[in-house]
Amino acid sequence: MATAHSRAAARLTMAPAVVLLLGWMLIPLSMTLYFSFQRYNLLMPGDEAWIGFLNYEYFLTDPAFFAALWNTLLLVGGVLVITIAGGTALALLLDQPFWGRGVVRLLVIAPFFVMPTVSALVWKNMFMNPVNGLFASLAKGLGLPPVDFLAQIPLASIIVIVAWQWLPFATLILLTALQSLDSERLEAAEMDGAGPLDRFIHIILPHLARAMTVVTLIQTIFLLSVFAEILVTTNGGPGTATTNITFLVYAQSLLQFDVGGGSAGGIVAVILANLVAIFLMRMIGRNLDI
Amino acid sequence: MARAVSTRRKLVVTVVAWTVGLLIFFPILWTALTSFKTEAEAIASPPSFLAFDWTLANYAEVQSRSDYFRHFLNSVIISVGSTLIGLLVAVPAAWSMAFVPGRRTKDVLMWMLSTKMLPPVGVLIPIYLLFRDAGLLDSRIGLVIVLTLINLPIIVWMLFTYFREIPAEILEAARMDGADFKSEILHVLLPMAVPGIASTLLLNVILAWNEAFWTLNLSASQSAPLTAFIAGYSSPEGLFYAKLSAASTMAVAPILILGWFSQKQLVRGLTFGAVK
Amino acid sequence: MRSALSLTGAAVAALLGTSVHAETISIATVNNGDMIRMQKLAGHFTAAHPDITLNWVTLEENVLRQRVTTDIATKGGQYDVMTIGTYEVPIWGAKKWLLSLDKLGPTYDADDLLPSIRSGLTIDGTLYAAPFYGESSMVMYRKDLFEKAGLTMPEAPSWSFIADAARKITDKSKEIYGICLRGKAGWGENMAFLSAMANSYGARWFDMGWKPQFNTDPWKQTITTYLGLMKDAGPPGASSNGFNENLALFQTGKCGMWIDATVAASFVTNPAESKVADKVGFALAPDNGLGKRSNWLWAWTLAVPAGSKKAEAAKTFIAWATSKEYIALVAKEEGWANVPPGTRSSLYANPQYQQAAPFAQMTLKSIQAADPKHPTVEEVPYTGVQYAAIPEFQGIGTAVGQVFSAALAGQMTAEQALQSAQALTTREMTKAGYIK
Repeated sequence: MATAHSRAAARLTMAPAVVLLLGWMLIPLSMTLYFSFQRYNLLMPGDEAWIGFLNYEYFLTDPAFFAALWNTLLLVGGVLVITIAGGTALALLLDQPFWGRGVVRLLVIAPFFVMPTVSALVWKNMFMNPVNGLFASLAKGLGLPPVDFLAQIPLASIIVIVAWQWLPFATLILLTALQSLDSERLEAAEMDGAGPLDRFIHIILPHLARAMTVVTLIQTIFLLSVFAEILVTTNGGPGTATTNITFLVYAQSLLQFDVGGGSAGGIVAVILANLVAIFLMRMIGRNLDI
Repeated sequence: MARAVSTRRKLVVTVVAWTVGLLIFFPILWTALTSFKTEAEAIASPPSFLAFDWTLANYAEVQSRSDYFRHFLNSVIISVGSTLIGLLVAVPAAWSMAFVPGRRTKDVLMWMLSTKMLPPVGVLIPIYLLFRDAGLLDSRIGLVIVLTLINLPIIVWMLFTYFREIPAEILEAARMDGADFKSEILHVLLPMAVPGIASTLLLNVILAWNEAFWTLNLSASQSAPLTAFIAGYSSPEGLFYAKLSAASTMAVAPILILGWFSQKQLVRGLTFGAVK
Repeated sequence: MRSALSLTGAAVAALLGTSVHAETISIATVNNGDMIRMQKLAGHFTAAHPDITLNWVTLEENVLRQRVTTDIATKGGQYDVMTIGTYEVPIWGAKKWLLSLDKLGPTYDADDLLPSIRSGLTIDGTLYAAPFYGESSMVMYRKDLFEKAGLTMPEAPSWSFIADAARKITDKSKEIYGICLRGKAGWGENMAFLSAMANSYGARWFDMGWKPQFNTDPWKQTITTYLGLMKDAGPPGASSNGFNENLALFQTGKCGMWIDATVAASFVTNPAESKVADKVGFALAPDNGLGKRSNWLWAWTLAVPAGSKKAEAAKTFIAWATSKEYIALVAKEEGWANVPPGTRSSLYANPQYQQAAPFAQMTLKSIQAADPKHPTVEEVPYTGVQYAAIPEFQGIGTAVGQVFSAALAGQMTAEQALQSAQALTTREMTKAGYIK
């Protein structure tokens, strides 16, 4: 087992990472916490004053807040469902032998490399635009009225854009997990007369549970702070239809330059993120003995 | 049923897989194609797929507006720099977490990951003020610092899960042979860890390359990477699909090509502990 | 291994080293046509001033505004020249965040600047920003479609004529939409249009006690007319259309009328970009006979933040970019129709410009018809035609813009939208301490 010497060395080797992250978290966070109790608008210097919980009161009673909370859940949940279901299907497909597997794999992972800003711009303008977009052209070709995606189904459209970007990640992780499955178990089950669906539910799915947990964890971390896709496509609208918590805090602090209000929002977002984190970690802890 | 896959089945799978693959890839392909069209052809309805007059004018136009290579170089420096520094800090940390776990290791790891859930907008103003006072605004080194810090949890987590898969017995054996602490790392652990480190490195370069919030907000002209390059195209006046496509292609192509070429290395370590 | 590490370290350090030239100025600018043209012509400036190097930061309007505001308010000092609008100049100038531009050289001729534009950039007799181009808004329409429908556009139309004509021209089966108006949320997007439109209906943002006025009849008429008109005669997806989107629609022949910035005139009449270049007519923005037309006043200007360490070089550049000589340079290189309009009287007196720009007189009349000091029928405590020049307006205007954009997308009724706008504006104004 590990000696006292190596334990001390271990603590020492962890120190830089821990100290850096602690600093990165605590310094700005304590400043944010301080600002959140201040009247502090960037455009009105000299007007700062201690105002207690007023910023929190305004942020939490903002009708946009609950809309944003709900949108955040829908966005994270929607993308997770699509990427995990789609990723599983794609992994099963790519695990089969067929001609040109290597190339198809390259095609499937490509969206992962695309900048969120670029993918949002491309989807918004070249595909979803109701007049000049490709989908509109398709609809016209079929004699259907073009759908105005970002006005009629804004949140769903954003979910699709984000899911497109994250599908490759889910596929890759699930595919790796799938390939580690002992093929003898599948063959044995087949010999026993289990159909494809039975085999999927009783052997493949349990085997993938761990990978699905990992995908959920990593993706949630990134999905909670989806921002560029919203800024580029809808600016949080129409109304508050696509405003998530991150975007709401952005609107407060960088559109209204209300640093006090934005900071209060930031602190609320941090608390919410931590709730999600605790929940996720519990789930991971059960599923993933590390 | 015969175990050998019938040719017919293979044919069906091939058709389905290629169709799905091309559909997923289509937005990128379409963008690349559009970048070679004229603005008028770019919005033509019905759209032309390949039969148009190919032109490089959009690339020339984009280049004349902003110097691509300066932005490109900044992107390379920032993403590679932050990844290398991140690895320097994370490899030792992940190593000790994986091989000398304490009671609190799991908590520390989870705490690290949870720092990534904080919305960056919430702390932009504090960071901006700190950077101003430190003279780090619009500097590559400032962006390297920020990107190192925001990606550090992912680096640690990824390395940790990879190191965990290295059997501890090998280390024990090395220790029996009288290898000391340092040579244990250098001669035993590192060679085994190289694939995981390579994979982590690639993933991080990709994440850092595509990071658009901090790079846009903390850079102006000197340090602006490709994310800022593309920000000027979000809706210029008049017809702009072809120019947008050209700028997008220029911003995405380097990282896409890198990703494709190193796909094997990237995928090998990209398990995040998904496989037992 | 150790040497390998230190080598890597050295390489990283070398790569990270930032090089700073003594006379490199950073210019933050917006990605619209005139600014991009200036960027292309900047070689003439650097040829004449070899000691000054220009670094451009070209951003989309909203991103630009956020970046420069953050920078100037925190005194970040990232930019030496900032492109800002007439909304920012009075607020920032009053705070002494900008350097005085009174001395831009003997040949600058500040008296040549259009009075209505110049007065908005002057605080207590000091000029704080130099106008690069100025604009009002007006009606651009398709003469061929009007002729086909048997209609004649008067020089100063009323809203009832516009509404009627828009519905007559519309032919959705051919993708011809009678009228294109802004719907994309933002205080500088849909709210610029709607606030100016509301002025012509006798509405105002605030009364003299800073109470929001969305619960009044004039606003109700404005929003109901706007929504009805866009539903019957507007293009699909209007709730995400801003200036640029509408410009693309008009240039591709999909709009019968478009009420928007006067600078658009040179784009829609440019045969290289516009399919309908030879078919465009112009008219003043519509009114309701109440004495105010629905046109706004705006200028993009160049200013030097007070923290700039290269103020002299920055001023030299601004003096060049907003000079008569620059206008002549654009005329020589790109033709008279493409010069930045709306800043100098001498331009409108120039016969070559009048000939090349059929929209020149209409632009000048529109600019002169706007009065930022008295924008509304009833008295108001703020200045600004399509905005109220208070720091809170950006946030409030954008939030209200979101509400009206949602109404345009069909997510709520006019009534609900107005109630919601009234509630949120009251909330913000109370928080900011205007309403006690």
